[in-house]
Amino acid sequence: MLELQDVTAGYERRAPVFRDVSLTVAPGEAVGLLGPSGCGKSTLARVAALLHRPDAGRVVIDGTPAGGWRHRAPRAQRTAFGVVFQQPRLSADPRLRLADLVAEPLRANGRSAEVADAVRELTERVGLGPELLGRRPHEVSDGQLQRACLARALILKPRWLVCDEMTAMLDASTTAALVAVVEEYRAESGAGLLAVGHDRVLLRRWCDRTVEWDGLGASPGE
Amino acid sequence: MAELTWKPVGAVRRSTRAWRVRSSAVIVALVVLAVLIVPPLVQLDEQAVDLAAKLQPPSFAHPFGTDDVGRDLLLRCIYGLRVSLLVGFVAAVVATVIGTAVGAAAAASGGWFDRVAMRLVDLFSSVPHLLLGIFIVAMFSPGVWPVVISVGLTHWLSTARIVRSEVLSLRSRPYVDAAISGGASRWRVAVRHLLPGVLPQAGLAAVLMIPHAIWHESALSFLGLGLPTHQASLGTLVQSARSSLLAGDWWPTLFPGLFIIVPTLAIAGLAGAWRERLNPRRRSELML
Repeated sequence: MLELQDVTAGYERRAPVFRDVSLTVAPGEAVGLLGPSGCGKSTLARVAALLHRPDAGRVVIDGTPAGGWRHRAPRAQRTAFGVVFQQPRLSADPRLRLADLVAEPLRANGRSAEVADAVRELTERVGLGPELLGRRPHEVSDGQLQRACLARALILKPRWLVCDEMTAMLDASTTAALVAVVEEYRAESGAGLLAVGHDRVLLRRWCDRTVEWDGLGASPGE
Repeated sequence: MAELTWKPVGAVRRSTRAWRVRSSAVIVALVVLAVLIVPPLVQLDEQAVDLAAKLQPPSFAHPFGTDDVGRDLLLRCIYGLRVSLLVGFVAAVVATVIGTAVGAAAAASGGWFDRVAMRLVDLFSSVPHLLLGIFIVAMFSPGVWPVVISVGLTHWLSTARIVRSEVLSLRSRPYVDAAISGGASRWRVAVRHLLPGVLPQAGLAAVLMIPHAIWHESALSFLGLGLPTHQASLGTLVQSARSSLLAGDWWPTLFPGLFIIVPTLAIAGLAGAWRERLNPRRRSELML
């Protein structure tokens, strides 16, 4: 279970973006979170992935409360999440070739030996040809880069996926392909998914359950 | 179909810039060659005193003339340039390393450490560089290294600010979030993602600092606090020529002065071109 309990978060302590939001994702469940832009759903996704410290509230992962946020979170808890962001350009280090981009989490965990096989398998899965792997982010399209970002999110075989507007920058066919990759991974691994977006049609078809931001009991910040 | 002729507006600017860059590069290359090749090649003693030939105006034997004890000024200028360049380069590297370390550490750790470090930077910046530099050299006996230390310790402040703001902006990029989520340690994020991002800026700051450091070395030596007078540096040359200038002998001041100005302008010219490459937006706005 991934449980967010009464989370209050924002970027200034006196004026949080939202207060007292609770959300639960069961193992293997796909939850779509719908809301207008600026409501704080991306911030909530970042809190869920332990990337943003909330002002109040708890995040409980499989019964264990989050041990910290960002670097302070235990590595095992951090790497239990695969995150994909809205803008592939900003989520990829411009200096890394796509192969290194995908392999980076393995190397960061001292598992360099597995890099070659894992990168080959995952890039094949997300539909990146080997000719693209030597290129840098500015030499590929948004869609190709987002495929690489998804491969990077999956390479550590996370138990939870957090997709923050993953498909907002993409065309319909790339969207369909990436959603199919996520679903295939979830089917074989039993990972839970928190998909954030404002595309009602897409999230309703993709997820087991969609929740509206307004239905979460969020009281707006000042 | 008639051939379209279209003259780009920026062509003139571009061509003067190319000329500026090329001439700067030639001067810098000449200077580096001169200080590297001349001393081992000519095997002349720059400190050879010849009282019979003192204060001679420029001639074929002494292209830059001689000083008040008959030493050849061309040779002294080249030796002086060597010392000044060495001091400038090492001091710039020292300052850049300190500045990058402090700026990156402040930005990466945030919180109270960031605040304390940046207030310290403000504190040091509020004291004039030269005054602080004088204070530092005064603690040691005259020599090259006290000057390097003094210039290095007074010039890392702006680099620290530049690097800190750059790291702060890089740190909030989603790719850092992705790295954290991928299990990267603080150290790995800093070394793999943040430092490579600030290196161009830090390198530029270092090159821009070389002329500045040379000027400071000259100023300290001119005040009699830098290198000992017998050791040629551009500052000591100008300083010891002061009295002859009042007597109407212009060459002992003019040539070392030109040796300070021309190479530093050339280095600054190259650094300027580099800055335009790093940050081309400003250039293209002017050209449109």
